[in-house]
Amino acid sequence: MLTDITLGQFFPGESLIHKLDARIKILLTFVYMLITFICSNYFSLTITLCSVLFVIFLSKIPIKMYLKSMKMILFIILFTAIINFFSGNGEPIFQWGIFKITVDGINNSIFVSLRLTIIVLTSSILTFVTSPTDMADAIEHLMKPLSAFKINVHDIAMMMTIALRFVPTLLEEADKTMSAQKARGSDLESKNITKKAKALIPIFVPLFVSAFRRAYDLATAMECRCYKGGEGRTRMKILKIVPLDVFAVLFTLAIGIMVIISNTFYWRW
Amino acid sequence: MPILEVKNLSFIYGVGTTFQKTAVDNINLSFEKGEFIGIIGHTGSGKSTFIKQLNGLLRPSSGEVLLNGENIWRNSKKIRDVRFKVGMVFQYPEYQLFADTVYKDIAFGPENMGLNSEEINKKVLAAVDFVGLSHEILEKSPFEISGGEKRRTAIAGVIAMDPEVLILDEPTAGLDPRGRELLLSQIKTYHSKRKNTVILVSHNMEDIAKTADKVVVLANGKAEMFDITREVFKNSESLERVGLKVPQITEIMEKLKNKGYDINPGILTVTEAENEILRILGEWGKC
Ligand SMILES: Nc1ncnc2c1ncn2[C@@H]1O[C@H](COP(=O)(O)OP(=O)(O)O)[C@@H](O)[C@H]1O
Ligand SMILES: [Mg+2]
Repeated sequence: MLTDITLGQFFPGESLIHKLDARIKILLTFVYMLITFICSNYFSLTITLCSVLFVIFLSKIPIKMYLKSMKMILFIILFTAIINFFSGNGEPIFQWGIFKITVDGINNSIFVSLRLTIIVLTSSILTFVTSPTDMADAIEHLMKPLSAFKINVHDIAMMMTIALRFVPTLLEEADKTMSAQKARGSDLESKNITKKAKALIPIFVPLFVSAFRRAYDLATAMECRCYKGGEGRTRMKILKIVPLDVFAVLFTLAIGIMVIISNTFYWRW
Repeated sequence: MPILEVKNLSFIYGVGTTFQKTAVDNINLSFEKGEFIGIIGHTGSGKSTFIKQLNGLLRPSSGEVLLNGENIWRNSKKIRDVRFKVGMVFQYPEYQLFADTVYKDIAFGPENMGLNSEEINKKVLAAVDFVGLSHEILEKSPFEISGGEKRRTAIAGVIAMDPEVLILDEPTAGLDPRGRELLLSQIKTYHSKRKNTVILVSHNMEDIAKTADKVVVLANGKAEMFDITREVFKNSESLERVGLKVPQITEIMEKLKNKGYDINPGILTVTEAENEILRILGEWGKC
């Protein structure tokens, strides 16, 4: 089903990770990605991976959900791994035509796949534990400096909130329309490409009609409540940094420092 | 042989996730050809999930659905044929209209069945008559007709496939009282003329009392009761336990009976109530 997509999904919960300030979560996700990129040996990479697994454990979201989001980009990981596998430098252990396998290549491909895995896991954690509205709010805060360049940060954030809010709604609607047309014998399961493409029209038309209807209703509702942009607007939920957030920042910094130390002091393959 | 039968039917949403939910829980039922079945249940009791398995839109987590004695999933390539035989009108079906004319929209189902244009024309016109749409509307766009007409168009789109079993999920939801009355009587007419099986899902007890021969009561994914309509509505206490009520007129007559009047239990419609009251008044007149 369409609604089975986990990448970018939010799982409500009460864990420590859920409770972190959304701005901190976004910033730390970037810091984690940075840390992953500066890792230069297995030892530092293992430290990073373990800390990510620890955060996953703290998030109290079944590991199955993370694996599901991994599944969607498994192909990309495999592809890069295979490319790296055959393109290492140095003495080949095995050679067949232009294909040669080197220790360097094997190391490279393991390293790259681990890196990609960690990056997917960290971004999954971010979206799994942050509600779309919190996310948009936090992005608005983080982009504040851009308003110096006459960019209307509030409008961008509002559009993002609306878009994120309507993704599940439209997915559900698409699912419903698909069921309804299948019930009338629409040939969605057909192997024939032209038949399949034709079967999409009865799904897309109602979907667009309903998206426009919703947009119109929402615009009316916003106007009825005198919405006129960000100026002078106060918030119901005010983002606030609490000791837990400080703790998370320090934890991440500690991991970063451990990674830098092990990068310089340990054996480099 | 029953036309439609379900055995140990269960459906679980989101298996293995935090959202896991058993929406249909081990249901065993069988429906005979030509019966008018009502399905009632609280919102979230699993009505929609249950009926979506009857035409193969959802594949049961366990158990089976037998159409004319044959498991519909025995050959999953043939599932489209099952959907032509078991027609399904969804809740708020007007949102599935897509074609540029009402006629073409109603013809979508029969076209998918691979019929020739003459047969399609016959089926479309017959369906249009059943739902009481005027023929002038056929060349209009489905987006410029009224809400009630859209609903009728969508229902005609399913009737036009001439299914052996017609399932309607809350067809009267959101209609005004007159539109609701009219649509119900048209469904009733369709049922008595075509002699087909009709399954009507509703949480409006009055609608069910007026139309159905037999009633299934769903609660928490389980089939709590399955009996002829009058018997089901005699159990006002068990119905209330699962968050449902008997029709208002049934309730009034029951209260009169509890006050000591000699009233037959299981009155379903206002007409029946009227006759019953007249009968009692007549008996009083005699003495
Ligand atoms: N696509 C879905 N994913 C997960 N749970 C669902 C889905 N559809 C329905 N449910 C759940 O299954 C239960 C039964 O729903 P449904 O069959 O729609 O009930 P009804 O039609 O009687 O209101 C509800 O608790 C509902 O939340
Ligand atoms: Mg429903």
